[in-house]
Amino acid sequence: MKKMSFAKGLLQALLLLPLAAMASEAEVHLDRAPVNFQDHESLQRGAAVFVNYCLSCHSASAMRYSRMTDIGLTEPQIKDNLLYATDKPGNTMTIAMNKKEAKGWFGATPPDLSVITRSRGADWVYTYLRSFYRDDSRPTGWNNTVFDKVGMPHVLHELQGQMVPVYKTETDHEGKTHQVIERLELAQPGKMTLAEYDGLVADLVNYMSWMGEPAKGKREHVGIAVLLFLGIFFVVAFYLKKEFWKDVH
Amino acid sequence: MDKLLAWVDARLPLTATYKAHLSEYFAPKNFNFWYYFGSLALLVLVIQILSGIFLTMHYKPDAELAFSSVEYIMRDVPWGWLIRYIHSTGASAFFLVVYLHMYRGLIYGSYRGPRELIWIFGVLIYLVLMGEAFFGYLLPWGQMSYWGAQVIVNLFSSVPFIGEDLSVWIRGDFVVSDATLNRFFAFHVIAFPLVLLGLVAVHLVALHEVGSNNPDGVEIKKNKDPVTHIPVDGIPFHPYYTVKDILGVVVFLIVFSAIVFFAPEMGGYFLEANNFIPADPLKTPPHIAPVWYFTPYYAVLRAIPPMFGSQFPGVAAMGVAVLIFFALPWLDKSPVKSIRYRGPKFKIALALFIVAFIGLGWLGIQPVTPLYTWMARILTAVYFGFFFLMPWYTKNDTHKPEPQRVTDK
Repeated sequence: MKKMSFAKGLLQALLLLPLAAMASEAEVHLDRAPVNFQDHESLQRGAAVFVNYCLSCHSASAMRYSRMTDIGLTEPQIKDNLLYATDKPGNTMTIAMNKKEAKGWFGATPPDLSVITRSRGADWVYTYLRSFYRDDSRPTGWNNTVFDKVGMPHVLHELQGQMVPVYKTETDHEGKTHQVIERLELAQPGKMTLAEYDGLVADLVNYMSWMGEPAKGKREHVGIAVLLFLGIFFVVAFYLKKEFWKDVH
Repeated sequence: MDKLLAWVDARLPLTATYKAHLSEYFAPKNFNFWYYFGSLALLVLVIQILSGIFLTMHYKPDAELAFSSVEYIMRDVPWGWLIRYIHSTGASAFFLVVYLHMYRGLIYGSYRGPRELIWIFGVLIYLVLMGEAFFGYLLPWGQMSYWGAQVIVNLFSSVPFIGEDLSVWIRGDFVVSDATLNRFFAFHVIAFPLVLLGLVAVHLVALHEVGSNNPDGVEIKKNKDPVTHIPVDGIPFHPYYTVKDILGVVVFLIVFSAIVFFAPEMGGYFLEANNFIPADPLKTPPHIAPVWYFTPYYAVLRAIPPMFGSQFPGVAAMGVAVLIFFALPWLDKSPVKSIRYRGPKFKIALALFIVAFIGLGWLGIQPVTPLYTWMARILTAVYFGFFFLMPWYTKNDTHKPEPQRVTDK
């Protein structure tokens, strides 16, 4: 009997859920990520940032190091610059961190990043990585305007520096006033200027987008050939049909 | 060669079958644009079976491995990305083509006697196809796969008395799990495709027995050449319609390839963003919507309010919305078949039905709001009205007389 009400409750909840989601998910403005897979230098810089900063807590378990030959790196380069001594270029980007322990530390297991740009979108990741701000009420000391109460600390804060929120007062339709974040302001500069930091994140997101679907370049390349072939085939098929049908009256 | 053929023909009706279904199957000469979608549906079926075979070689039906095996196909299997995108695009293409094929049946009255059985087998194909798509959608084991299956299987739990046991029986577990994935894999790769192929065969045999309808809705067999006994308005399927269908195939493949190679996600409608997150039984996504081809029925489901604390009325309405297609041949009382000779009442009813179907499809993707729920209720009423009121508005309609022969080439 108890199980029955659970299933029914779940069904009702799922049917009504989208309404709740609408109410809680405020619209966040996303900046456009400058993604360009032709720019191999940007992809290579992004790969280095990814390996150095992301790959300690996040895995990219579908991604093989050796695939980076597609963005202009040679296997020795990959081996010397991007790999730990024990790894081989044919390995995938896995990490040693224990998932359960990680959940204890961050409140959630850091997700695998292989296809994160395909679920979140490049613009989201680009904006998210530039939207951390100081918030002493959080266990990590960091919060994010794109992902409120996020478990991830600002890993890149040494580069970006520390941002603090600037609030404004907004009145909702019931007449109550709220403090909302208007924008973020640099309180303590990092090693980079904000423009340099944006460039670094752009490279990183460019790399992550490429990593989400390494075959994309080949896909579009083959696609053009296929469409050209079908275009010619269409002409042949058109006149073939016309020839056969001229005796149908 | 002739000897060999004679040898085979003495043992197997090879030439006779070729003649009966291709070279001496006489189809009306006035097929138009709408008549491409039957052969295209067959093409997509073949595409899905072939690409599916190759996916099965690399896919792992295991809750631990399924998601990563799909990414393995996308990255490490040679041309795996192509096969996967062909299969995922093919699923949507199948429904698109089948919906247009059904629409053709609606406008030209192809479901009317003597083609009731063709229509019934067609609706059965549509039902099996829905099951096939539903089972297949679980296999990538992403968040949408998982929660979509969870929602749909839970629908069965609302059936009075047996619902709970029924849903557990379908899942093989109390929640969607590895056991569910395994059985859905079995259904998707063997059980349903077998049934589908059988139904397609019967659909075609029944079609070739009575002959094809045409845009004028007149029977070409009523007007045969006295000497040859060939319908005057008929032409052999091969070569005329084979070369014509090749043209349709090429145009279809151009559109299909454009999607496969340049927009395989189709803006999130063919491959949903949330399905790139591995299934997590503990984390319900904020917005669950089925793939576009199910959304009209999902909107019907959500439009009907729970009654007596049960979701069953909505589930039942959704079921009836699909099954009502079976009754179509007997609901239509018009003396003419084709929309060309029908009166304004049918034309208005059909236009409203199309608006309702597309409108419900759009609403099924949207989040629930009070306004949308009311819109869905109105459109659900229109949807059912098209069927339930059909005996009256088709009987009392003004219609034009049908011609003796087909009117255009």
